[in-house]
Amino acid sequence: MEYPVHDILIIGGGAAGLRAAIAAAEARPDISVALVSKVYPMRSHTVSAEGGTAGVLRSDDTFDSHAYDTVKGSDFLTDQDAVELFVRAAPEEILQLEHWGCPWSRDPDGGIAVRAFGGMSVKRTVYAADKTGFHLLHTLFQTSLRYSNIRRYDEWFVTALLVDDGRILGVTALDVRSGQFLPLLARAVILATGGCGRVFAFTTNGMIKTGDGMALAYRIGAALKDMEFIQYHPTGLPGTGILITEASRGEGGYLLNAQEERFLQRYVPSRMELGPRDLLSRAIITEMEEGRAFQGPYGAYVQLDLRHLGERLINERLPFVRELTQEYLGIDPVREPIPVRPVVHYSMGGVDTDTEGKTSITGLYAAGEVACVSINGANRLGSNSLSECLVFGARAGRAAAHGAADAPAPRAEVIAGRAADEERRVAAWLTRAEGTERLAALRDDLRHGMERGVGVFRTGEGLREVLGKIHDLRGRLARVTLDDRSRIFNTEWTAALELEFMIDVAEAIAIAALAREESRGSHTRRDFPQRDDVRFLKHSLAFWSREGPRVGYRDVAITRWPPEERKY
Amino acid sequence: MADIRFQVHRFNPETDEKPYYQEYQFTPLEGSTVLDCLNYIKWHLDDTLAYRMSCRSAICGSCAMRVNGHAKLVCQTQVKNVVRPDGTVRIDPVGNMPVLKDLIADMHGFWTKMQAVKPYLMPTQPPPSANQEYLQLPEAFRLFEEEATCIMCGACVSDCTSLESDKQFLGPAALAKAYRFSADTRDGRRHERLEELIERGGMWDCVRCNECVQTCPKTVAPMEAILKLRQMALKERLTDSIGARHVTVFTDIVGRRGILDERELPVRSLGFNPVKLLGMAPVALQSVLKGKIRPLEPPHKVKGVEDVQRIHREMEDGS
Ligand SMILES: Cc1cc2nc3c(=O)[nH]c(=O)nc-3n(C[C@H](O)[C@H](O)[C@H](O)COP(=O)(O)OP(=O)(O)OC[C@H]3O[C@@H](n4cnc5c(N)ncnc54)[C@H](O)[C@@H]3O)c2cc1C
Ligand code: FES
Repeated sequence: MEYPVHDILIIGGGAAGLRAAIAAAEARPDISVALVSKVYPMRSHTVSAEGGTAGVLRSDDTFDSHAYDTVKGSDFLTDQDAVELFVRAAPEEILQLEHWGCPWSRDPDGGIAVRAFGGMSVKRTVYAADKTGFHLLHTLFQTSLRYSNIRRYDEWFVTALLVDDGRILGVTALDVRSGQFLPLLARAVILATGGCGRVFAFTTNGMIKTGDGMALAYRIGAALKDMEFIQYHPTGLPGTGILITEASRGEGGYLLNAQEERFLQRYVPSRMELGPRDLLSRAIITEMEEGRAFQGPYGAYVQLDLRHLGERLINERLPFVRELTQEYLGIDPVREPIPVRPVVHYSMGGVDTDTEGKTSITGLYAAGEVACVSINGANRLGSNSLSECLVFGARAGRAAAHGAADAPAPRAEVIAGRAADEERRVAAWLTRAEGTERLAALRDDLRHGMERGVGVFRTGEGLREVLGKIHDLRGRLARVTLDDRSRIFNTEWTAALELEFMIDVAEAIAIAALAREESRGSHTRRDFPQRDDVRFLKHSLAFWSREGPRVGYRDVAITRWPPEERKY
Repeated sequence: MADIRFQVHRFNPETDEKPYYQEYQFTPLEGSTVLDCLNYIKWHLDDTLAYRMSCRSAICGSCAMRVNGHAKLVCQTQVKNVVRPDGTVRIDPVGNMPVLKDLIADMHGFWTKMQAVKPYLMPTQPPPSANQEYLQLPEAFRLFEEEATCIMCGACVSDCTSLESDKQFLGPAALAKAYRFSADTRDGRRHERLEELIERGGMWDCVRCNECVQTCPKTVAPMEAILKLRQMALKERLTDSIGARHVTVFTDIVGRRGILDERELPVRSLGFNPVKLLGMAPVALQSVLKGKIRPLEPPHKVKGVEDVQRIHREMEDGS
């Protein structure tokens, strides 16, 4: 059988995937680049990013300052060589986007404006009102249309990666529109599938962020690095989890407890509302536990007060915040404070890569939130991750383009058998006999279990309980049957495949969290409250095995900033 | 909240010969959006229901559907605001696009038209330097700020009345996008863009019904953008199209006579084109019968034509 063959196949049409596609197409105009995405590219979750993207553009700023803020923010778990490279490349990327038409917000003189962000010691976050991700993604998407060698597979769902002898050969995918199952072959594959926030019940992440790429790589033997580090954003809307951007604090908003106190003075006095996210989320949860929070229909919350900023500034810099709160809560932030609480937001961990996006599988690259380079360590600074998508998306794109030149053409006969096996596995969902379990119920159980056991504060006991639950869920999964047995646009079928990914990812998170017997960045163990540099100034690496996940460690690269106590 | 009956458009091309409505009844939680309700149906009542969704915060553009006949982002629509007096809410896929399944429309045509307007910046000047941005004053950005917020959800296209009768029409979303780039001071190809857009299917084929302005879930106001495109085209002296001639001739006649002479307008707009003029014959006949055109009356000026002419002069000086 003839399968489609491309030089490079990119999975994901968010910031990282589109940036990689353009970089590859530019580096080698003679190669064919395929962009596969389970949703139309502009539906990718990058579109939701509000606040901004960080880079040193001003004369009052330096690379060293951005690098040090990032390293300190990460609680010293970043690889410092990667961070140095990252901060140097970020400004070029931001300007490149401008040259492609991205409407960055401007200063009165027409130059690109910057705003303050949590954990950044100077203003260095470039933004487009409070729709930064939206404008960035649309600019990339629209620019990608100019390259005739980029071929898109919109609404194709990747189910597995095909490898032979440690080398990537392509993927198997479902054309969601027709329900057709097809291997797509390539000399190089770049994973740009985004994060996994949906593994938790209460999250800012959209419905599609189910960790697919992490599970895809994990299943073929790549390591998942630092998965225990899940960022809780301090300000999500109770109920929906919709994000209220950090830019609202960057522009001067206050956090208040039920006693109308700016309580952060007791936790991060020098930075207050602009402290890093891990510290702020812990502070809010502590206020809740000690009875100083408000009580609402969705539990405890604190308030984000923007009233003193005034209507004009809110309309100009935070229009989307106003739109969201009015639409989803019926609250106008010009007149009333916004109820907020910490919410799962970002995955610091991901597929282990080097600074060119290379993974341990030959020909397989990863970039963006799915990857872990690592520049985020134990806690990402807000606005570093869009820049990360741009910088490492472009680097992976270029590296894959050049790497593909030396790679052998994938041969269909090598993978025919494996593709057929995978097709049987995927199609089996449609023919399973009546079962007793419902997909949505299982998914809810997983997500609530993770919320309880792998939250802001963790304990060994809670983590072991979650792992037990995940084990049970695997058993229950075998008893799930689908209502929809058709092939065309069967969204229940893809949800089932996503749930399988989510379970693998959840297990990797919980096992790495259990193994890390210390508190660092976003990972806080009540039973091990101190940071332990002797045992754990290391990246964790989770590997899939038949007997269950296995955790190993690797040293952190430290170039110029030795670990110190992290105080703000 | 009380029980609501959701009448949901269903169509599975593998098993159904034609679409039908299925009813689901339950009491949504306070504060539920229509998307929350669809999710409730899917996750608790009937997992065969198919629809698109992603961000659930009104920014990704996945979830445009018709609610009680009008296109909306269902994730942005509070259900309590759309329940009809009889306790029902009807949900259909967006219009003007073929249906693939249930609430999912085929957006292929949408993307093709979007791509046709070259929706990307084409600067002709190099940037000040590789490590410097093009300068753009905040006022210059404001010229296309609203149009730049288009999330490509297709709601405007769904409810566009011009598209209903003319499949070739590029439609409100693509034209608003064309305006967004034509108005960008960094772009260098405005003239070429406009030249393409005065052709058939382009900016002059909008009938200005305003549906798109009302239906857009953001602040794009596509029809306004189309009108701005027309002004740009006239300014660039791109007057060689039926639409442009129609506007210029219209203004000219009213300017001279103070009233529109429907006999002169089509002849001068269409140019001497017997085939097209013949095509106008049924409309002309109707107009004569209804008294809108009086064929035997000699051309005349109305009383107070000087005032009309003064208004024209002032408008032109003002622009
Ligand atoms: C609400 C919110 C606000 C944020 N604000 C900011 C901010 O202000 N600044 C900042 O720096 N960061 C911010 N972040 C983080 C940042 O937006 C994300 O980390 C980043 O956008 C991720 O981009 P990505 O390209 O890696 O993945 P995504 O944009 O998530 O794209 C993933 C792509 O992979 C595809 N895909 C996934 N699985 C499959 C599969 N199985 N088959 C085929 N395709 C698949 C999807 O279709 C999609 O195209 C925010 C995050 C959230 C949730
Ligand atoms: S789900 Fe994204 S706009 Fe509604």
